[in-house]
Amino acid sequence: MSPLLVVAVSLAYLLTLFAVAAYGDRRATAGRSIIASPWVYALSLAVYCSAWTYFGSVGRAASSGVWFLPIYLGPMLAMVLAWLVLRKMLRIAQRYRITSIADFISSRYGKSPLLAGLVTLITVVGIVPYIALQLKGISVAFDVLTAVPAALARERAWWQESTVYLALALAGFTMMFGARHLDSSERHEGLVAAVAFESVVKLLAFLAVGAYVCWGLFDGVGDIFARAAVQPELASLFAPGQGMAFAHPQWFALTLLAMLSVLLLPRQFQVMVVENVDERHLRRAAWVFPLYLLLINLFVLPIALGGLLHFGPGQADPESFVLSLPLSQGQPALALLAFVGGLSAATGMVIVETIAVSTMVCNDLVVPVLLRTRRWSEGRHDLTRVILNTRRLAILAVMLLGYCYFRLAGEAYALVSIGLISFAAVAQFAPAMLGGMYWRGATRHGALAGLLAGFALWCYTLMLPSLAKSGWMADDFLRVGPWGLDWLRPEALLGLGGFDPLTHALFWSLLGNVGLYVGVSLWRSPSVAEASQALLFVDVFERSSQLQPVFWRGQASVASLLALAERFLGPERARELFERYAREHGRSDLSRLDLVDRLEPLQADAELVHFVETQLTGAIGSASARVMVASVVEEEALALEDVLAMVEEAKRLLLHSRELEQKSLSLERASAELRAANEQLKSLDRLKDDFMSSVTHELRTPLTSIRALAELMLDDARAEAGGAPAMRLEQRQNFLAIIVAETERLGRLVNQVLDMAKIESGHAEWQHAELDLVALIRRSADTVAELLRERGALLTLELPDSPVILRADPDRLTQVMINLLSNAAKFVPAGSGQIRIGLALQRDRVQVEVQDNGPGVAPEQQALVFEKFRQGGDASQRPQGTGLGLPISRQIIEHFGGQIELRSQPGQGACFSFWLPLGAPDNDKNGDRA
Amino acid sequence: MKPRLESQRLLALFAAGCLLLNYPLIALWNRDTLLWGLPLFPLALFALWGLLIAALACLMERQPD
Repeated sequence: MSPLLVVAVSLAYLLTLFAVAAYGDRRATAGRSIIASPWVYALSLAVYCSAWTYFGSVGRAASSGVWFLPIYLGPMLAMVLAWLVLRKMLRIAQRYRITSIADFISSRYGKSPLLAGLVTLITVVGIVPYIALQLKGISVAFDVLTAVPAALARERAWWQESTVYLALALAGFTMMFGARHLDSSERHEGLVAAVAFESVVKLLAFLAVGAYVCWGLFDGVGDIFARAAVQPELASLFAPGQGMAFAHPQWFALTLLAMLSVLLLPRQFQVMVVENVDERHLRRAAWVFPLYLLLINLFVLPIALGGLLHFGPGQADPESFVLSLPLSQGQPALALLAFVGGLSAATGMVIVETIAVSTMVCNDLVVPVLLRTRRWSEGRHDLTRVILNTRRLAILAVMLLGYCYFRLAGEAYALVSIGLISFAAVAQFAPAMLGGMYWRGATRHGALAGLLAGFALWCYTLMLPSLAKSGWMADDFLRVGPWGLDWLRPEALLGLGGFDPLTHALFWSLLGNVGLYVGVSLWRSPSVAEASQALLFVDVFERSSQLQPVFWRGQASVASLLALAERFLGPERARELFERYAREHGRSDLSRLDLVDRLEPLQADAELVHFVETQLTGAIGSASARVMVASVVEEEALALEDVLAMVEEAKRLLLHSRELEQKSLSLERASAELRAANEQLKSLDRLKDDFMSSVTHELRTPLTSIRALAELMLDDARAEAGGAPAMRLEQRQNFLAIIVAETERLGRLVNQVLDMAKIESGHAEWQHAELDLVALIRRSADTVAELLRERGALLTLELPDSPVILRADPDRLTQVMINLLSNAAKFVPAGSGQIRIGLALQRDRVQVEVQDNGPGVAPEQQALVFEKFRQGGDASQRPQGTGLGLPISRQIIEHFGGQIELRSQPGQGACFSFWLPLGAPDNDKNGDRA
Repeated sequence: MKPRLESQRLLALFAAGCLLLNYPLIALWNRDTLLWGLPLFPLALFALWGLLIAALACLMERQPD
């Protein structure tokens, strides 16, 4: 394939990456983050799969079968505990603005600059070769794709090789999206978006090649295994022990190593902890990330076996099967896709690793040295640009260091085997880091001793042998031990044999590490600084961020703190932070700090000092931040008792605030109840007014007509006395009849109101007698027959022939029936009304229905019709009546232990139904029903 | 105490995962057999892996109330 095409495709891919990152950054500034999703977070964790996975897994599988798997089973196990362990790490890092592993460890052990420097050193030694390995992966892939023979490739000068340009482009990318501005949280949204995008690309590319090999080249996965089973040297690959006993210790060691690495590799810490937006994302990522690992490993064994079958064992480099298999079949497009996948795996790793390592180098190696110079520690000028440029320079330096190592090492063993050697280096952080999160007694000396021992043993048992095997130094010390001392042989220390070199090295280094960490920590009790940081780390879940103790006492002026913050964060950002602090803590005296005469006399409290130190930590690391803050304030040394007293104080505050919270909650509840009661009273009051006006209106109508008729007759009587012609007798009789009827209506109305009031107040008299409900309904129907005839409504009775006996007050029940029937009569259409009464016997109760074909009741009105003083419908359309019929009926039915309800759909008529218990004895509803 | 129960479940799952993927339980699959034309050992590892993921997903996606 033409090199130009490959270069063009790589370039296009890198440009896409820039575009994705730029888009992510733009969305972040617009406040619509695209990385605020658990899926993106999970994908960004897949930066774990580097070129070493992409090309190397197949190589491993081709030489040793399933042994590529423990590297991915370890992360699976680690992710099971992510919600417990990783979340704690996250919470600590975010609360104290910790931006790197070095900072985490140093901060835990009293903000020790020495510890931070040591961790950074181990990281650089362990990780830079790993970056070199990625560049090598791309370089080899490029050569395979463009069919450059390996011998020729080795003779090229550095400027003829594309890798150097790739490294420079990646450095540019990292500087652009990883160090654009100094942010105390060190988040890079664009970068994370790009990494997540790369994870998708590499997975899809690898799956595409896998699917092609399985179903394009061969006849399915089964076919590959069936063909391989025939060849003994291939068949042994998928038998786990390859003929020998299965090396269980090595399996365990690899799993453990990967489990620790997935938490402690700088790139993993960067994406998992520093770039995390929301700790709840961990819930999804905890299982999606292992699923990703499973998917990307699914086709490793088939591709490895397929390649060996296709080319024959030893004929082609298994590490580039992903490329050479499609190429050999004349599938350049697929090969190019596979190359882009490898490119994405390598670049993602290189970018994130570089940014993580350069943050450490800048904050924990360069800045502490610079701060020792006079110009830096005392000047008042803005240092943000200097720090930012230092960081950019560190990025470039790390990248070039990686490139140089790649050029120097070439095919050497030291480079090829670096993956696991790097893992073993970062595993040395595990005791100090994980131990520090759970064990209060660990001390700085313990951590230092453990790290030093672990690192030294790692160097001696793993790094030196790998250099010797590369031929860079005499290897006789490997075989016979240095100075001929057999028990000092690096790969069988103290004569310990039976392990492979990695397991052996891991065992000794972790043993030395943990042993000294615990042993030296137990030597003496922690100092004040260590104890206070231990409390903050171990108990991070116990307090909210506002209520943690601040272990500081002394004198500090706000002006000097502000000046300090301005130097390291920039004037604008520093003032913004102070304003925010003033707002959040209700310190109005801290706002408007631009007025010098306001600022000068202000004294800072411990909390403000702590706030400024935390913000500085984000920018220059905890150790340097501590030094700088200490340089502008007058501190009092604290004793251990003071620290404990402060913890107690914080605890007291916490309890107090919880109490307050509870009190305010109950107050809120009480006031809500009061408000509701008040509302109810108001609405009752309104209803009473409505009722009064409605009743008065009802009373006035008959009164008016009575009075008018009476006056007419009075006038007539006077006229008759005066000899004028008198009213005719029938007319007079007619008038009197109307007056009587109206008086009766008045009486009914007054009775009803009184009735309701009596029932309500419990003064009503109830009869209890055996009655036949069927007969009662028939009588009621007879009573209203005249009314129905007037309205032209037809009444149907669907009643059983046998009597239904129950105990109740017959008059009251008649009242209910008449109420329901006259109600129905009022609403049915004149002339064509239909009313149906039904009675149904159920097991222990009887149900009565009155169905009409009127307009029905709107759903929102249905609940209201049984309430006092309310009538269905608008006031304008309301038929005559007090609106008390239904409420009275409900009171009656409920008094006898039944229930009344309304079912209606507008336009379908209304159906009032009630049920009563059969044989209900008294108003005592729990009576002897049995 | 729902959060406590959750952490205990996670710890139990972790212990189960460690046991299942290491000696001696892993040696149970170390046989020269084919299942659906696929070698048993890798197949078992992937299956156990998938099971662990499913169990973890169940635990993690449960809505904490």
